Amino acid sequence: MTLGALIVRNLRRHPLRVVLTALGIATVILAFNLIVTTVRAWYAGVEASVPNRLITRHAASLSIHLPLAYRDRIAALDGVTGVTYANWFGGVYRDAKGFFPQFAVEPASFLDLHTELSVPADERQAFLSDRRGCLIGRRLAALYGWKVGDVIALKGTLYPGDWEFVVRGIYRGADAATDETWMLLRWDYMNERRQQIDPDRAGTVGWYVVRIADPSLAGRVSRSVDAEFSNSTSETRTETEQAFQAGFVAMSGAIISALKLLAIILNGVTLLVLANTLVMAVRERTKELAVLRTLGFRPSHLAGLVTGEALLIAGIGSALGIAITIPASHFYGVLVAAKLGNFFQHLTLYPSTLLLSASITLCIAVCAAVFPILALMRDKIAEDLHNAG
Amino acid sequence: MTPPVVEFQRVTKSYFRGEQEIPVLKDFSLSVPPGRFLAIMGPSGSGKTTILNLVAGLDRPTQGTIRAAGLAVSQQGESDLARWRARHIGFVFQFYNLIPVLTASENVELPLLLSTLTRQERVKHVQAALGLVGLKDRIHHYPRQLSGGQEQRVGIARAIVSDPTILLADEPTGNLDRTAAESVMALLSRLHRELNKTILMVTHDPRAAEYAQETLHFDKGTVASS
Repeated sequence: MTLGALIVRNLRRHPLRVVLTALGIATVILAFNLIVTTVRAWYAGVEASVPNRLITRHAASLSIHLPLAYRDRIAALDGVTGVTYANWFGGVYRDAKGFFPQFAVEPASFLDLHTELSVPADERQAFLSDRRGCLIGRRLAALYGWKVGDVIALKGTLYPGDWEFVVRGIYRGADAATDETWMLLRWDYMNERRQQIDPDRAGTVGWYVVRIADPSLAGRVSRSVDAEFSNSTSETRTETEQAFQAGFVAMSGAIISALKLLAIILNGVTLLVLANTLVMAVRERTKELAVLRTLGFRPSHLAGLVTGEALLIAGIGSALGIAITIPASHFYGVLVAAKLGNFFQHLTLYPSTLLLSASITLCIAVCAAVFPILALMRDKIAEDLHNAG
Repeated sequence: MTPPVVEFQRVTKSYFRGEQEIPVLKDFSLSVPPGRFLAIMGPSGSGKTTILNLVAGLDRPTQGTIRAAGLAVSQQGESDLARWRARHIGFVFQFYNLIPVLTASENVELPLLLSTLTRQERVKHVQAALGLVGLKDRIHHYPRQLSGGQEQRVGIARAIVSDPTILLADEPTGNLDRTAAESVMALLSRLHRELNKTILMVTHDPRAAEYAQETLHFDKGTVASS
């Protein structure tokens, strides 16, 4: 017999109550993990950012384009080792649900700067050789069943008209954080059509991607780029790629804050559920605990028994919650993809998320044990022996 | 002269119900030498059980001092008292108060979990204690599988397993039929005789009190006769 064995025996007194409490905790853990997974998906772009790349855009708004002529002036600045540019294309495939990121890029320099996009040499060459060609990410190709040689028809929104692109290659991400749902089409092809339909905006780019020699130069190079175009008709704002991505996340700040608040509330629910179970358990055993104190058990022993019980219930709930979360997150991903298309490219359940939820729950268990322990310490042994049923 | 193992010096104990003071012990003094078997009798509410609680440090006097097994009980903190109880006090309850989810042997082993004994040593002590109360064949039985008399024997085994200096028994036969009560009293008497245990027993039962060497008759917080 050990005190640990006594904790286990105590749990077996009311198996239904323990099971229901553990299920409650498991449900909270499931919801918590899905929320954290969603929030992390929002930040996936930030996490995937490369530290030696800067983004230069119009100082007033991303929707205002910059002259193409800026490219050479940026490239000439000290600390800059490469420049490329891109435009948001914003086409629709089939219907509004067929959303995925499409960028019109200068192909050679874009691929040179984005080394995390891994393209077979022959496919890269085919993309560089075909003005109507495009590169698509592996996950995007899998989603729509596209393969090299297929023609993708898009309906233009920012650039009106019907557009057709031939898949010339499929890229893979260098690591799990790389977004594999992009479609890269050629800026010169887009610009050629734009000259016909919107000649005023032809020859402009949405933003520049600037590669720098060393991430530590980011601040200095950013300032020198912006200084280069200060007092011009198109002043710029340059920031790290991470800050640029974080800016997009900030646009959804209210939703993310709400999700984070929800996650905190869920943990509050765990605290209440567990504390309620423990308070009931201790109240039912008031006399037994008084007997233990009569036998010589110290307050620290009783605190250990109650805390151990809390940790055991929380541990069972956590294990159950994690076991449910793993398959549930898969279905959640499918459901989100069906409803939101490719809005979240990285709806991935990370082991660190599971570890976080279990750790928080175990910490909450210790907090929940404080309530009955404090009540117990206030009790007088003689009164508990006499009064308790 | 051997110092007393339990000593009350002008002890007063009152309970409070709101503002109202309810006196239980009034200027009570007592000296119990080692190895004495003392029975305390009296009507309900006369303060009998309070004496046992005060000896064990489960309750504190309003005034006066109490010494037991070499310790000024009334002046100790909760943790120190618990350590002292584990070493010096064995408690037998009227309603046995066994832990229902533990077997007889596990219930008896409980006080030993606070000692430095190894598992094997604990098992030996438990078997010896259960053997002493005649329940060696019931070690794996849960309390619900035992009769009242057997439960009380397990309770006594639990009280003596750590070889305490003082055995406190609160109405040990109060919940038993005559036969079981006689058997339990015979057991306590044997423990007193053979192990020279100091026993303080509260009882309503004159037959149980006959087993003691001395009987205190209590009424309204004071000794009526002895």
